[in-house]
Amino acid sequence: MAQAFQRIYTRLEGITKATVMLNAQRITNDELATVDGRLAQVVKINGDRVTLQIFGGTEGIATNSEVVFWGEAPSLNVSDQLAGRFFNAYGNPIDGGPQVEGEHREIGGPSVNPFKRKQPSQLIPTGIAGIDLNNTLVSGQKIPFFADPDQPYNQVMATVALRADVDKIILGGMGLTNDDYLYFRQSFENAGKLSKIISFVNTTDDPPVERLLIPDMALTAAEYFAVDKNEKVLVLLTDMTLYADALSIVSNRMDQIPSKDSMPGSLYSDLAKIYEKAVLLPSGGSITIIAVTTLNGGDITHAIPDNTGYITEGQLFLRHDSDTGKVIVDPFRSLSRLKQLVIGKQTREDHNQVMNTAIRLYADAADAKTKMENGFDLSDYDLRALDFAKEYSLKLLSIDVNINITEMLERTWKLFAKYFSKEEVSIREDLIDQYWPKGEE
Amino acid sequence: MQTKTTGKVQGIIANLVTIEVDGPVAQNEICFIHLGDTRLMSEVIKVTGKIASAQVYESTRGLRVGDHVTFEGHMLEVQLGPGLLSSNYDGLQNNLATMEGVFLKRGEYTEPIDREAKWDFKPLAKKGDTVTAGDWLGEVMEGWMVHKIMVPFIMTDTYTVQEVTKEGSYTVDKKIAILKDADGKTHDVTMVQKWPVKRAITAYMEKPRPYKVLETGVRTIDTFNPMAEGGTGFIPGPFGCGKTVLQHALAKQAEADIIVMAACGERANEVVEIFAEFPKLIDPRTGRHLMDRTTIICNTSNMPVAAREASVYTAMTICEYYRAMGHKTLLLADSTSRWAQALREMSNRMEELPGQDGFPMDLSATIANFYARAGIVTLNNGETGSVTFIGTVSPAGGNLKEPVTESTQKATRCFYALSQNRADRKRYPAVDPMESYSKYLEYPEIIKYYSEKIGEDWIDMVWEGKNFVRRGKEAYEQINILGDDGVPLEYHINYWKSELIDFIILQQDAFDDVDASTPMERQKYMYTKIINVCRQKFEFDDFESCSAYFKKMINIFRQMNYSEYESEDFKRYEKEIEELLTEKIQA
Repeated sequence: MAQAFQRIYTRLEGITKATVMLNAQRITNDELATVDGRLAQVVKINGDRVTLQIFGGTEGIATNSEVVFWGEAPSLNVSDQLAGRFFNAYGNPIDGGPQVEGEHREIGGPSVNPFKRKQPSQLIPTGIAGIDLNNTLVSGQKIPFFADPDQPYNQVMATVALRADVDKIILGGMGLTNDDYLYFRQSFENAGKLSKIISFVNTTDDPPVERLLIPDMALTAAEYFAVDKNEKVLVLLTDMTLYADALSIVSNRMDQIPSKDSMPGSLYSDLAKIYEKAVLLPSGGSITIIAVTTLNGGDITHAIPDNTGYITEGQLFLRHDSDTGKVIVDPFRSLSRLKQLVIGKQTREDHNQVMNTAIRLYADAADAKTKMENGFDLSDYDLRALDFAKEYSLKLLSIDVNINITEMLERTWKLFAKYFSKEEVSIREDLIDQYWPKGEE
Repeated sequence: MQTKTTGKVQGIIANLVTIEVDGPVAQNEICFIHLGDTRLMSEVIKVTGKIASAQVYESTRGLRVGDHVTFEGHMLEVQLGPGLLSSNYDGLQNNLATMEGVFLKRGEYTEPIDREAKWDFKPLAKKGDTVTAGDWLGEVMEGWMVHKIMVPFIMTDTYTVQEVTKEGSYTVDKKIAILKDADGKTHDVTMVQKWPVKRAITAYMEKPRPYKVLETGVRTIDTFNPMAEGGTGFIPGPFGCGKTVLQHALAKQAEADIIVMAACGERANEVVEIFAEFPKLIDPRTGRHLMDRTTIICNTSNMPVAAREASVYTAMTICEYYRAMGHKTLLLADSTSRWAQALREMSNRMEELPGQDGFPMDLSATIANFYARAGIVTLNNGETGSVTFIGTVSPAGGNLKEPVTESTQKATRCFYALSQNRADRKRYPAVDPMESYSKYLEYPEIIKYYSEKIGEDWIDMVWEGKNFVRRGKEAYEQINILGDDGVPLEYHINYWKSELIDFIILQQDAFDDVDASTPMERQKYMYTKIINVCRQKFEFDDFESCSAYFKKMINIFRQMNYSEYESEDFKRYEKEIEELLTEKIQA
C-alpha cells in the first residue's frame, strides 16, 4: 500500500522485544508504519527520536530494516460490504474474499457526547431465565460474562447472539483458539445468519499484541452500522482477559511502572474506552456489547475482572452447580444494572419482587447448606429452602432453559407456592393476591 | 502588557506532551496546542528549564514535533454566574448541551454561561457601602433560587461601592456595580466572575464545626449514621453493591438547596439516567423540578483522562460559589478513585517515583485538601451556607486496604461501607450497619441538635438500636458455629430482633414509590416502634416458633413500609402488629 508521499527510513537506533526506535521527522502521534513489512504504530516521540510498537513482535528485525510511515492512524474501510465477512486484526479479509471498498475511517474515534445519548429502554430477550428474569439485558448495555476458562462461555454467548433481535452481530475474537473460531463460524452459518455477521478475529496462532486492534476494529464497524445506518448492533468481544494481557505486555516492554496484578495503571481507562462505545443513539441505532472476561479460579478481585466490573453495566457470572450438574447463571454474583429500566415496564408488574424474593430464598438455602455441611440439624424451613433451591436451579437458573419471561415468572410463583407459605415469601400483598397460584393456598 | 509565552511541541507520549517554551510559564498554567485549526487545551504539570510538560485534555492523535503552543497566563478557571443550575457540563465546564453533533469533537469548547439570557436584577448594596470579596451586591432569581451577585472572590481588598445598577432585566455581562479601592481606582463588576478551580473559595468569616443534620430520606443514613450539613462522608464499595443507586437516592432526596453531581470517570449511561429522570422528578419538599436545583459535571470514563481531575475541582468550585450566597449545597462525586487513577497515569508517564500501588506520593495530601473544602460557613453578613461532600470510592478488588480508601477515610467523618455480603443477599442499601460510622453522632453540637429537634432520647435510642444489631450479629455467628439447637433460645430471639431492625429500618426499596424516601418524622415513628418491640421480653417454645413469629412480624412491618404514612392501610397493618404483640406477651 506504499504511496508517493510516504517517508522511508532505513536505520534503526534501537530494538526491544516489541518496539524499535529511529530518528525521523514530521511524524504524527499514533500514526502507522511498516517495519520490514510488519505493521507498527508510533507510541512515543521525543524530538527526532520516534518509538514504534510492532504488533507482530520484533523477531528478526535488523537495524537496516526499511521503515515506511503511512501518515495515518489505523483505519478500516466501512461500507455495507462488511456484512458477512471475516477479517484479521488489521481489517484484511481472511475468508478469501476481496478487500472491502468504502469510506476510510480511523479506528478508536471520539466518544459520544453523554448529553446526546438516549437512555437504554429496549429489553433483549434471550430465553435464558438466569439472564432474562434475574439479569435482564437492555439494548445499549455493556455486560461481560465472568467465567472460568472451562465453562462454555463462547457457546452461551453465541446462543444469546443468535436469539437476540438485532440487525448486525459483530464478533471481536481475541486469542480465540482455532476451534472456537470455527465453532462461531459454524453456528452462525447453521443459523443461516451469516449475512448479519461481521468478524474480526485474532487467533492464538497470531501475535498477541495484534489483539489490541480488535476491539477498535469491531467497534468502528459497529459505529458505522449504528450511527450511519441506524441499526441495532450487537458486539461480542471474547476474551477481554487476553486483550488486557496484551496491554500489560506492551506496557511492560515500554518500561512503565505496573500497578495491581502487573497490569498497566491505565487499564481502567483503556477498558472503559472500549466498553463505553455501547450506546443508544438519538436516531434509534444502538450498540450493545457482550464480552467475556475469563477468570482464574473464580477470582473476581484480580485487576482485570475488577476494573471491568466497575466499567460495565453488570456481569453475568457462570458457575457449575454441583447440586444439579448444570451450568447456571449465578444469581448472587450476576447483575444487570440496566434491568430496572425494563423490568415491570416491559415485563409484568410482579417481576421485580418475584426476582428479589426468589434470590433471597435461594440465599436462605445457601445458609442451610452451610449448616448441613457443618453437621447441624436442619429445620423444616431449611429443608424446604434446599428443595426449592434445587428446583429453582434446574428449572430457571440453568443456561439450557429457553422460555419467555412470563413463563419464568409463572414458574417461580409455582415454586414459591410449592415450598413456602405466603408469609415466608413476604411479597407485597396485592401481588400475592393476584399471582399466587390458585388452589395452592 | 506582557506578550504571551509560546512554545513548540518537543515530545509526545500518550496525553503527556513536552513543550519547549520561549518565555515565563507557571505551574498549572493553561496552554493550547495548535493542531491545524484545532486547539487542544492542556495544563502545565511540570517545568524543567526551558521544557514544560503538559497534560492534554484531549486525544493527542496526529500531533507532531514542532506544533505551535500558546500559553494563557492563568490556571484552569471556571465561570461563575447565573445559569449554572440545571446545566450539564464536562469536566472543563464546557456546556454539553450546546455542542454540535452526536460525537464529542476534539477542541470544541462551548460557553458555560448563556450570554444572551436576561436576568431580573435587584440591587442589595447601596452607594457608600464598604464591601469585600463575596459580599452581596445584588440578586437575580435563577429559576426559583435566589442567586446573589457578589464582589468577585479575587477582589480581596476593601472597596467602597460607587454605584449599583438599578433594578432591571440584564444579561450577565452587564456592568452592575462600580467599586472603588483604597487607591481610588475603580473596578467594574458584572454578573459573571472567574475563579481558578484548584483554589478554595474562602470569602467567608468563619467555618465552625458542623452543628446541624442533613436529612437524606435514606433510613440507614439518617437513623443510624447521620450526615451533618457541611459534613464529609464517603461510600466505598466493590462494584455491584449499589453505590450508584445510593448516590442517586441522595441526589433525589437530600434536603439541600443545590446538588452538584460530579460523574468522574464513571459510566455514561448512569449520567444519562440522571438526564432522563431528573427533569421528570419533583422535589417533594418544594414541589419543584429536581433538575432546577441540580448541576451535572460529567466526565465519563471514556472522556479524556486528564479532565477527570479537573471535573471534581470544577464541581467543588460551583458548590463553594453557591455556598457564598447562603445556600445549602451537596456535592456528590462518583468516583474519587477514578480521579486518583488519573493522577497515577500522569505520574507514571512523568516517570515519578511511585508510592503504594503506583499512586503518586502526595495522594493522601491531595485528597485531604480537597475534602477540607467542604464545610458549613458563616458568611461576612452573618448568614450561613454549606457544602456537604459525599464521595464514592471504588476500591480495587473490593479491598479497603488500598491507598485511595485509606487516605479518604482519614479525610472524612462519615463512612458508609457497602458490603458485598449484604449485596449478595439483596439487602439494599448494602450499607454495613456495623462497619459504617458517623463521627457526627459524637459531636456535642449534633447531640444538642437532635435533642431539640427530634427528641431527648433519640441519640440513646440510636446507640441502643446499634447494640441490638451487634448482639444479633454475635448471636448469628454463635448459631452458625454451634447450630440452632446448640445455643439458648435467647440467642435466636436476639438474632431475630436484629433482623427486624435490618429488614424494617436498614433495608429500603429504592424502587418503590413510598419506601424510596422516608421523612425524618416517619423514621422517628417507625424506629421508636421497632425499638419498643426489641425491648420486649418474648417467650417461645422453640427456635422454630421464634423464627416463624418474627418472620410474620417482619412481613407486616414491611407492608407498613410500603404504605403511605398514616394511610388506612398503614393503620390496619399497625393494628395487626399490636395484635401479634399482645398475643405473644400474653402467652
